[in-house]
Amino acid sequence: MIKHEAFEKNSILLLIGTLVVVSIGGLVEIAPTFYLESTVEKVQGMRPYAPLELVGRNVYVREGCYTCHSQMIRALRDEVERYGHYSLAAESMYDHPFQWGSKRNGPDLARVGGKYSDEWHRDHLRDPRSLVPESIMPGYAFLATRAVEPKDIADHLKANKAVGVPYTDEMLKAASEDLTAQADPNADTEAFLKRYPKAVARDFDGNPAQVTEMDALIAYLQMLGTLVDFSQYDAEAFNR
Amino acid sequence: MSNTTKNIDAATGSEIRSHEWDGIQELNTPLPRWWLWTFLATVLWAIAYWVVMPAWPMIGSYTKGAINWSQRSNVDAEMKATAAARLPLGNRLVAAKPGDIEADPQLLEFALASGRALFKDNCAPCHGAGAQGAVGYPNLNDDDWLWGGSLSEIEETITYGVRNTNDKSRFSEMPAFVKLGTLNRMQAADVVEYVESLSGRQHSADAAKRGGALFAENCASCHGETGHGDRTQGAPNLTDQIWLHGGTRIALTTTISNARNGSMPAWGERLKPAEVRALAVYVHSLGGGEPEHVADASAKP
Repeated sequence: MIKHEAFEKNSILLLIGTLVVVSIGGLVEIAPTFYLESTVEKVQGMRPYAPLELVGRNVYVREGCYTCHSQMIRALRDEVERYGHYSLAAESMYDHPFQWGSKRNGPDLARVGGKYSDEWHRDHLRDPRSLVPESIMPGYAFLATRAVEPKDIADHLKANKAVGVPYTDEMLKAASEDLTAQADPNADTEAFLKRYPKAVARDFDGNPAQVTEMDALIAYLQMLGTLVDFSQYDAEAFNR
Repeated sequence: MSNTTKNIDAATGSEIRSHEWDGIQELNTPLPRWWLWTFLATVLWAIAYWVVMPAWPMIGSYTKGAINWSQRSNVDAEMKATAAARLPLGNRLVAAKPGDIEADPQLLEFALASGRALFKDNCAPCHGAGAQGAVGYPNLNDDDWLWGGSLSEIEETITYGVRNTNDKSRFSEMPAFVKLGTLNRMQAADVVEYVESLSGRQHSADAAKRGGALFAENCASCHGETGHGDRTQGAPNLTDQIWLHGGTRIALTTTISNARNGSMPAWGERLKPAEVRALAVYVHSLGGGEPEHVADASAKP
C-alpha cells in the first residue's frame, strides 16, 4: 500500500495524484451534462435570435444589464407567480454567453417580452425615474441616437454559428436586410418572419427613419421569454 | 532518531515525529475526535443522500432517488394548490355582477388584495406604484377616464388593452395634424390657444377665435364640439385641468403636430379572467370608479 508519505516526498507523484482526484470530480460533475438529455430539454419554438435582436443583445451585454437584472426564473412559487413559467435551459441555449446574471437589483427579465409597450421601454430607458420614481437604474437616452451599422451583422451571425447557433446560410445572406426590415414598419417582412418565426417587426424606437441601438435593445427585450411554446412543454418528461 | 520512546515537545506537549529535514521537525497533532466523527457522519449523510435524492449521472439519465424528489414537480404542485385555493373565490368573482362584488365583503377583500398585488407587478411600471400615472401614462386615482370608469369598462380596457395587436384592442388614432400637413404651424398655434381657452387658461382671444373654427372642423369629431371628449373613442376631455401629455403650450403644440397615441398591452392574454377582474375591482376602488351605466346597477339592494 502506498503510504501518504510517498506523496509528500515526491512532487511528481503528488501532481499525478492531484490530477486523478480532480479528474474524477470533473468526470462526475461536468461530463454528464454533455450527454444527458435532461440537461437541455427539447422544446418547441426556440430559434436563433434575429439580427436586430442579436444587436440588442450585444447592447445588453455591453451596457452590463446583467449586473443588475437576471434572466433566470427559478422554480420557486414566488418567482413563478411574479414572472411566469420557470426558465428552461433551452431558452438560453443560443446565448453566448448566457445572461442568467446573479444579482437582482432590478426585476428578472427572462419573460419581460410583451409585458410593457415599446413606448414604455423607450421612456423608461431614456429616464427610468420619469416612470418609476423609486428606480435606481441609470438612463440610457444615448441609445436612441446611436445608429446600428448593418454591414458587420453577418459576421456576428457567423461568429455565433461557429459556436453552435444554427443560423442557416440563407439567414447569413439576408442578415443585413433582416436587420433593417425588423425595425421598418413599411418593410416587406414575409421572408423575414419565415426565417424567424414569432419575431415582431415594427418601429421600436419611434423613429422610423433610422435603425438605432434603442430599436435593437427594445426588439431584444420584447422577444425575451416569448419563443417557447409552453402548451407543448412536458415538465415531467424527465422525471418518470 | 535514536531514542525509541516518544519524543515529546516540551512547549506543546505533542509528540515530535521521527522524520527531519534540515533540522526542521514536525509535531504530530492528530485531528480532534469530535472533528473526525463529524467528518465520518457527513460521509454517511452523503451515502444516504445518494439513495434518497437524485444524485448519480448514469447513461442517458440519472438516479432519481427513493423519494423521486424534483424541484419542478414541487413548484408545479405548489402552483396547482395555490390555484385550487383561489379557485372558489376566483370563480365567484368572475361570475359576480359589479354590484354583487361590493355587497360581498369576503369577495371584495379577495378582489382588492389580489388586485393590489397584481397591480404592483404588472401595472405599476407605467401607472406608478400608487396608480398616480406619469406624463403619457394616465393617473388612475381620478375620475378623468379616457375609455370609461365603470367596472366593466375598466375590465374591458385591461383585458384587451389599447392600440395593440389584439383584435379587440381599444383603438383610436389622433392624426399628426402638422406632420401630415392638415394644419400649418400658425393654424396649430391658434388651435393651441383655443384648447387653452377651453379649460379657462390664459389665452389670446383673437387666436382662440380663429382656433375655434379650426377645432370645429378638425378636432370636434372626436373631442366633441365643446371639447368634453368622447369615451367611445378614447378622446380626452379638454376642458378640465388634467393633461395626459402636459397642458403647456409646448406640450399641446407637440401633441397637435405629431399626435400622441399611447398603448397598453392586452392583459387578458397574460392574466386569468379572475385576475383581470380583481385588477378592475382594485382600479375601480382607487377613487375614480363610476357606477355601471346599465340599469342593473340600480337594482342592487
